[in-house]
Amino acid sequence: MLKDIDLVVGRGEKVVVCGPSGSGKSTMIRCINRLEEHQQGRIIVAGIELTSDLKNIEAIRREVGMVFQQFNLFPHLKTARYYLERVKIPEQADKYPGQLSGGQQQRVAIARSLCMKPEIMLFDEPTSALDPEMIKEVLDVMVELAQEGMTMVCVTHEMGFARTVADMMVFMDRGEIVERAPPQDFFANPKSERTRLFLSQILAH
Amino acid sequence: MADIDIAEEIPLPAQQRPPVVTSGVIGWLRANLFNSVFNTILTILAVYLLVLTVPPLIRWAFIDAVWDAPNGQACRGEGACWAFIGEKWRFIFFGRFPYDAQWRPLFVVVIIIGLVLASCDRRLWGRRLVLLWPAGLVMVGVLMSGGVFGLRYVPSEYWSGLPLTLILAVVGMLFAFPFAILLALGRRSNLPAVRVVSVAYIELVRGVPLITVLFMASVMLPLFLPEGVTIDKLLRAQVAFILFAAAYLAEVIRGGLQAIPKGQIEAADALGLGYWRRTRLIVLPQALAMVIPPLVNNFIGAFKNTSLVLIIGLFDLLNTANTALTDSNWQGFASETYVFVAAIYFCFCFFMSRYSQRLERTLNRGHRR
Repeated sequence: MLKDIDLVVGRGEKVVVCGPSGSGKSTMIRCINRLEEHQQGRIIVAGIELTSDLKNIEAIRREVGMVFQQFNLFPHLKTARYYLERVKIPEQADKYPGQLSGGQQQRVAIARSLCMKPEIMLFDEPTSALDPEMIKEVLDVMVELAQEGMTMVCVTHEMGFARTVADMMVFMDRGEIVERAPPQDFFANPKSERTRLFLSQILAH
Repeated sequence: MADIDIAEEIPLPAQQRPPVVTSGVIGWLRANLFNSVFNTILTILAVYLLVLTVPPLIRWAFIDAVWDAPNGQACRGEGACWAFIGEKWRFIFFGRFPYDAQWRPLFVVVIIIGLVLASCDRRLWGRRLVLLWPAGLVMVGVLMSGGVFGLRYVPSEYWSGLPLTLILAVVGMLFAFPFAILLALGRRSNLPAVRVVSVAYIELVRGVPLITVLFMASVMLPLFLPEGVTIDKLLRAQVAFILFAAAYLAEVIRGGLQAIPKGQIEAADALGLGYWRRTRLIVLPQALAMVIPPLVNNFIGAFKNTSLVLIIGLFDLLNTANTALTDSNWQGFASETYVFVAAIYFCFCFFMSRYSQRLERTLNRGHRR
């Protein structure tokens, strides 16, 4: 359940969303391409208002790429050459997902979204299902994408990545946006008590 | 060092046995047939049963069998009378089809088997195969019924034997399969009307025996048709068969659809594929590959179910065999005939089952997570 979400992401902006589990981060970004339905309010994506009209939904989905925590590659289809260069694994063309490592699979998933030439990329905890040594290769690709000017909304707890690329940090809890701020303010002096507690927990080590 | 000293002081356990032989014939026997008291008893029991049944069977089928005889009297003895099959095989295969034109059903059998074999080769899957099938089926129709190209017209009540069985089974599956996919998708549809119709259809058809459906098609349907309109009996049986098989296949396919992870659907949605492209490119290939074993199970069942059309008087392979038994010159050779027919059915079913195993292996290669 989400309530009182009021978020504007400008063209080329990078937003990193964080918060405890069950806080509605995933639900929020899944509303953007209608993997979840919103009951109230308005969502406007790439100039198109999201309604239950199928044409509208498909038009928006063409503008929005999405990368999932569990990759969700299609196990029966082989990788094609397109865009594998962009994610730095051109040599992995013509393979089944099952033949690739986790990091490679996630990079293929990014390449797959890029094939649609989207205006906006959504990342739903893209590194949470990866072994630690593979996280960096995926983040590197994401950083590069950000530097090329892609509009990005990332749900992630990779705070190093957030510091590097985010224009805005959003902290959510219990379905609400509790705090939003540029990363330097967000990390240096969070205004909300809940944000401070959350940050102290994930940055403890 | 201390560890080794201690180890050396421990005496060998008294009951320690020499290592068990694990290779060679004895090793294999020990590991597979005599590895426990229970299994030993089972093995002995099985061997006893084999000794009891196999030698008499071999004696009946081969040693005492009569391979050549002018008539049934000369053929009577302890063993099987294969002379009867030698006399009747052509009738069993082609039945009541005009004798001098039986090269036509022979070609039909060859064409159908050829089409099926071609469809089995994954490298040939594609547009050409889709065109090959209608062409092949038109040829089958022309060869069977004739009336063109100087071929004598043969009404469908003379179509019989193996070609009839193959036509019923292959055409049946060919039409039932896409229909079943639609039913399965319909049952999982978000549109209530589509869902209700699919569920009602599947449950209704599954709830009645095939024989009932065949009876209805052959006896009841003509009552509802306006006077003067008749539909060919074979066609009615074929349609009944398709409608029946589709309901069963639909449930198998639905099982596959349900096993597709939600993430696959979401990923396809996020790519903006839309319902039909998502279904065709992402969902069905995975769902069908997953349900190959039950699917083939159903195909085998349906193939054998074609023999039920003898109830409504069609001369399929089993019915021609039955008819062959009524010859007054050759009385009492039912065992031979049924063994022969069973062997034919077995060849086809065994092929299907072996092929499905191979297909499963190739489809699953490389893309399991």
